[in-house]
Amino acid sequence: MPGADASGAAVGGSAAGGSAGGGGRGLGGGGAEALRIEGLWKAFGANQVLRGIDLSVAAHEVICLIGASGSGKSTLLRCVNLLEGIEAGTIWLDGQVISGPGVNQNLVRRHIGIVFQSFNLFPHMTVERNVTLAPTKVLGLSRAEAAEQARVLLDRFGLAEKRSDYPDRLSGGQQQRVAIVRALAMRPRLMLLDEVTSALDPELVAEVLDVIRELASGGMTMLIATHEMGFARDIASRVCFLEDGQIVEQAPPARLFSEPSDERTRRFLRRIVDAGRM
Amino acid sequence: MEASGLPDFSDRRSRMLGVGGRRGLALSTASTVIVLAALVALFLAAPGSAAVRHTFFNPTDMWRAFVGNPRQGYYSVGEALWLNIRMFLIAEVLILILALVVAVIRQSTGPVLLPLRIVSTIYVDVCRGVPLILLIFAIGFGAPALELRVISYQSAAVYGVAALVISYSAYVSEVYRAGLNSVHRSQVAAARSLGLSEWTSLRHVILPQAIRNIIPPLLNDFISLQKDTALVGVLGSIEANKAAELFSDTTFNYSSYVVAAILFLLLTIPLARFTDHLIARDRARRLAGAVQ
Repeated sequence: MPGADASGAAVGGSAAGGSAGGGGRGLGGGGAEALRIEGLWKAFGANQVLRGIDLSVAAHEVICLIGASGSGKSTLLRCVNLLEGIEAGTIWLDGQVISGPGVNQNLVRRHIGIVFQSFNLFPHMTVERNVTLAPTKVLGLSRAEAAEQARVLLDRFGLAEKRSDYPDRLSGGQQQRVAIVRALAMRPRLMLLDEVTSALDPELVAEVLDVIRELASGGMTMLIATHEMGFARDIASRVCFLEDGQIVEQAPPARLFSEPSDERTRRFLRRIVDAGRM
Repeated sequence: MEASGLPDFSDRRSRMLGVGGRRGLALSTASTVIVLAALVALFLAAPGSAAVRHTFFNPTDMWRAFVGNPRQGYYSVGEALWLNIRMFLIAEVLILILALVVAVIRQSTGPVLLPLRIVSTIYVDVCRGVPLILLIFAIGFGAPALELRVISYQSAAVYGVAALVISYSAYVSEVYRAGLNSVHRSQVAAARSLGLSEWTSLRHVILPQAIRNIIPPLLNDFISLQKDTALVGVLGSIEANKAAELFSDTTFNYSSYVVAAILFLLLTIPLARFTDHLIARDRARRLAGAVQ
């Protein structure tokens, strides 16, 4: 597989599993398969949150997950990042199994960046240290190398002069951009964005969406849970509508938003339009 | 302003910060002086005042107790305090380490550590529940009776420090645990999602925030620990309280205890102020967004 580099070979599972991917499932990108999820079930106690999710994401594809709160979007992202254990199913990253026992979770997470709704920056560290912590502790970069990389990234996203500030001095939009930079500093192969603009004041949403657009144009493979329908329509190569822990419908945004085939999708979109959110 | 009958708060506030501020200072000084004077007057007016002043606040005896005179059978309270300080400093370091280990074990989730979790839970329950003085007696008289090679031949102060460490670590581990719990779970998720191991997350993300949150209660426990070093005197160590006791035994004057009290205050008050200073500095630093 083109995507499986030397460090990827250590992730776990068998490299031969890569051939299980590819195939006709990739509706969008058509490149190598970056992420594959099959039969994913997840419950919190008696609450069955995910009921058999199947999803394939090609490299450089941008997938937007839409659906009401509680439909399972965030849980799906947290399962891919292994922050939540799963009841059943298999997840592949670049053709290698990353779910189940015997997988080094810390190794897997190096390759998957996640950005949370509530930023979750480390409040006792400067912006720069937030960004350099994982590269120094996990990738073994020297402090100087990591700082140089952080400087380049922060500069690219207009945060250069915030380098020495602590997170509580930043606006929500700045904090979220730092959180994105922090994830990027690990050079992930896949980025998971969990409703990253939902906690922001309306006037700060645009600056964060711009960052995500830039990532998409740079070819980053992304799985994005979002309530921003306009943004999803703009950026997604494919949109997945989730309800009750299942992917009800997935299609390129032009088709899903204008001629949804499933009644449940139509009902959801109608509510969104009625609420003036689209 | 007076015409409306409603005070103009913005104006009033500016006056308080300006001219009114000076007037406020004068008022608070005056009220403090009056209260203190009333207390002193009450003390002087008490029927036994003269006797108390002679037995407790006699300057000559206070000085004699402070400098000591071994030939007459009593030791310097001031010098004896040095033992309290040493016991405190050694115990403090050991407590910080032992309590952290206990707290982290109790917070751990791995099934392998279950036996350790049970042991540390029992330890905390027992050692918080037993009065410190009983623990000091138990170790101070129990350890020598065991006739073990090294353990049974230590000085009373060593047994005292051991008892302090065992008792206080149980308390302080609970303070640590409260601190660990005070750090939001999303911080753990953020750290782990970057590929940091459980230990690295704890060391660089969770603990620094936890400790920042618990500095006041932690220092509070240490102020308590400074005073409780006085209990080790029951094993015969000549620490400040024991020295004061020897003085009163020989002279039938209790001014030595007042000296010991003053010396303990001189230790504990700076620690309290230092705590406040640390908190203020940390706050200022984070708000100012200064470079590390």
